[in-house]
Amino acid sequence: MILQLVFQIFLIIVLAPLLSGFIKKVKSFFQIRKGPGILQPYYDLLKLIKKDSVVSNNVSWIFHAAPIISFVAVLAAGLLIPVYITQLPLGFAGDLIAVIYLFALARFFTALASLDAGSSFGGMGGSREMFIAALVEPALMLSIFAVALNVGSTNLGFISRTVSGMGIDAMSPYQILAFVALFIIAIAETGRIPIDNPATHLELTMIHEAMILEYSGRQLAIVELGAMIKQLLIFSLLANIFFPWGIASQGAGVSALVLALLVYMIKILVIGISMAVVETSTAKWRLFRLPELLSISLMLSFLAIVSFIIVKGG
Amino acid sequence: MLDNYLFLGLAGFYLVGAVSALVFNKKDALCSYISFLSASAGALLGFVFSLSVIFGDSFHFILNEGQIPEFGIFVDKLSAFFILVISISVFAVSIFSTGYVKEYFGKKNIGYLCFLYNIFILSMILVICANNAIMFLIAWELMSVISFFLVVYEHEKIETRKAGFIYIVMTHIGTGFIIISFLIFAGTSGSFSFETFHAAGSTMTPFLKDIAFLFAFIGFGTKAGIVPFHIWLPYAHPAAPGNVSALMSGVMIKTAIFMLIRISFDFLGAGQSWWGYIVLMMGTISAILGILYAVVEPDMKRMLAFSSIENVGIILIGLGASMIFLASDKPILSAIAMIAALYHLLNHSVFKGLLFMGAGSILYSTHTKNIEKLGGLIKRMPVSAILILIGVLSISAMPPFSGFVSEWLTFQSLLLTFNLDSNFAIIILSISAAVLALTGALAAYCFLKFFGMVFLALPRSENAQHAKEVNIPMLAGMGFFALLSIMLGILPVFVLPVLDRIASSFIGTAGQSFSFGTFGTISIPSSGGISISTPGLLAILLILMLIPAIILFINKRSMPVYETWGCGQPVSTARNEYSAIAFSKPVQVWFKGLYRPAREMEVTYSSRYLKESFKFKSGIEQVFEKNLYIPVVDFVMDISRKAKVIQTGSIHAYLGYIFGILVILFMFVISGGS
Repeated sequence: MILQLVFQIFLIIVLAPLLSGFIKKVKSFFQIRKGPGILQPYYDLLKLIKKDSVVSNNVSWIFHAAPIISFVAVLAAGLLIPVYITQLPLGFAGDLIAVIYLFALARFFTALASLDAGSSFGGMGGSREMFIAALVEPALMLSIFAVALNVGSTNLGFISRTVSGMGIDAMSPYQILAFVALFIIAIAETGRIPIDNPATHLELTMIHEAMILEYSGRQLAIVELGAMIKQLLIFSLLANIFFPWGIASQGAGVSALVLALLVYMIKILVIGISMAVVETSTAKWRLFRLPELLSISLMLSFLAIVSFIIVKGG
Repeated sequence: MLDNYLFLGLAGFYLVGAVSALVFNKKDALCSYISFLSASAGALLGFVFSLSVIFGDSFHFILNEGQIPEFGIFVDKLSAFFILVISISVFAVSIFSTGYVKEYFGKKNIGYLCFLYNIFILSMILVICANNAIMFLIAWELMSVISFFLVVYEHEKIETRKAGFIYIVMTHIGTGFIIISFLIFAGTSGSFSFETFHAAGSTMTPFLKDIAFLFAFIGFGTKAGIVPFHIWLPYAHPAAPGNVSALMSGVMIKTAIFMLIRISFDFLGAGQSWWGYIVLMMGTISAILGILYAVVEPDMKRMLAFSSIENVGIILIGLGASMIFLASDKPILSAIAMIAALYHLLNHSVFKGLLFMGAGSILYSTHTKNIEKLGGLIKRMPVSAILILIGVLSISAMPPFSGFVSEWLTFQSLLLTFNLDSNFAIIILSISAAVLALTGALAAYCFLKFFGMVFLALPRSENAQHAKEVNIPMLAGMGFFALLSIMLGILPVFVLPVLDRIASSFIGTAGQSFSFGTFGTISIPSSGGISISTPGLLAILLILMLIPAIILFINKRSMPVYETWGCGQPVSTARNEYSAIAFSKPVQVWFKGLYRPAREMEVTYSSRYLKESFKFKSGIEQVFEKNLYIPVVDFVMDISRKAKVIQTGSIHAYLGYIFGILVILFMFVISGGS
């Protein structure tokens, strides 16, 4: 049990930078350039860990505590999300709603730290980040409702088990609608175009980068790694709520586990490629146009609930 | 028998507190210590008393045996729960008050404040315990009037007097509705005793039931601060002294929730499902509108008052869901939703009390309520900062703090609608959950802004620059609540069975709504294995702390300190910080249809290119005041002005009116009264 826990943490930490590097590579492929190697995020993190952190003279302990708390909150969410096996040693500790609130905790502390240095950039980033979080939340909760109405629980392991047990029958209209809604939310939560541009440092457009502008060195490494892990986890949520097929269940043998792990990685990479396609084919939207995009997501998830009622013959 | 002594003891302590306040009126320090410590002793007895009723039998005590009407005290498990909530709050706030009132020493009459404070608490207890509509209304009126005097304690300020006026008018409109509702009950039962009201609930015609419920909902909704009857709340709560606003927001508005539960569940048996929908929808609307106004509010006490409207909304969402489930004959689901509501009610009284005391502390050391004028207090008030941060995290529903547990429970109870056959219920409860999610996110936005602007970065004014940490009693009061916020968050295992006991006592379930597993795992048996365990979550969080700590501190070298990055310019001044209004601007733009923001700019130039001064004023519109209340007030004023015509001031005219009335009455009597 302890072994499984440690392995899950290890897996999440190791895979997260790889996913980031992979998405960057796919993006550069579409932009017809060579781009950095897939392993570049690892090199960046190692370089940052070796460096000193320069801190502002205005900051308080919040600035130093925030990266730790945010990182831990994201990692704790990682222990609640099924990755390659539905039975998690700590799966009882929280459900899908708890996962979302753990992400909210991480965001809360990052945004709080953004205000600590007293720079305008930080405040701007924090304000926009919390704004987008507020835009996302209703659609997110409705899509969770759509999923939970179908399965009858918000427990993630249970959802994966049930959906994968249903086989192809799980591909119902409400499931597809809820997936599209959650995909749009995933774009927002991972800070990608058209909502935020992870590659920019232009003060008018950056959101996540503006929040963490004051961080450097080892602290920045923790913040960056946390963001990469969050991205991996959100993709895992998408994969294992809607396409859990191939996931191992309790008592599976070693070969089955290895197979499940491979299937998981393929699923994540496919979601990564589709993210990269979305990013290269759209431009960043103006901040105040985002409510439109997220109300599309809200409507889709509402339709998911309505179609659930219709399909289930209400 | 023990309960008798406990109850007399708790009432006695509050009375001693009140009387000694008057006796030692001349000595500020002595008076405040005796009076507030006596109140906290009363609170301790109240705590023991309520637990003994929750785990034992109901408590009944008649004051004038054999006479009609019989006045007495009646405490069942539901009322005991509210006495528990009141006692917990009073205990912390009283300790806080011994430090807080130092602010008023030599300036204001301390004895008067302490007297009102104790009587106010006693009147709240009586409201909860009354066994009779007449006695209830006396206690209710006492509570309203005393709290009015407390609101206008700083009556030398004009806005305080205005706040008091709005409060006293609104609260009496509410009382009017309550009286009508009680009269409907009394018309059927033939007596004013609550016991006969309970019996009347089953014999009343459905129409009378509907009317009685609606009037009670409006009447108590006014006190609870439900939109659109909320307008007094953002005026009255900020105007009162800090300790009193903590009690008003934390506890007084809950007495209205108590009576709502009493009437709709105990008396009327939650008959119609549309009652539940009304409560749910009004709760949802209150939650979202309350927090939307809180987000853009620069006055921190007003912001907290708006957030109370939001939290009452969340409580009502749970209550409404509970009524819907009970009307659909699903008592276990109803109990779960009720437990969610009661849990949130308890949590809200704790963290809102903490935050109001926190706002009081900030006011105490900086003398400003305006968020825009604060900043950097975390270095000047380090202990208060941590305690307030705990309150902020709880109210933003961050795991593993208390707000998270009750919001989680509320979401889960809304999700339980898939057990109902009604499609309407599924749609309405899902929308309510979506709005609740938005409310939660905006609450985090709002309180992040509050904490960030008040405590972080550089001070924005002289007052904030010279702030000092507050005294020990104030920290102790806040510390007690902060501790409680954490415990309610990580130990729901011990709280839920108690709440289950209370909810099952009037919903009529076996009290097995939840089952508990290892590590305090909570699951809801009636649904497919939904589980949570916040203690487990906390343990995970703590263990995982090691990983980033190792990365950060292994091979630890110095951390060079340098200026904040300002694009190469030395800009490290408070003027360059992001302001509170800028922080909440995106929400203001998003909801501009609601806020109708107005702004004024005034620029004077000393030469063609040089600006000499720049004034900026912005504000938002209070939609309900402008579109609902002001037209009514104008209408009443108009009628009064027209009615002035008959008020000639001449005695002959008045004699004429009397004569005319007499003639009409004679004709009425002679014609046989038909």
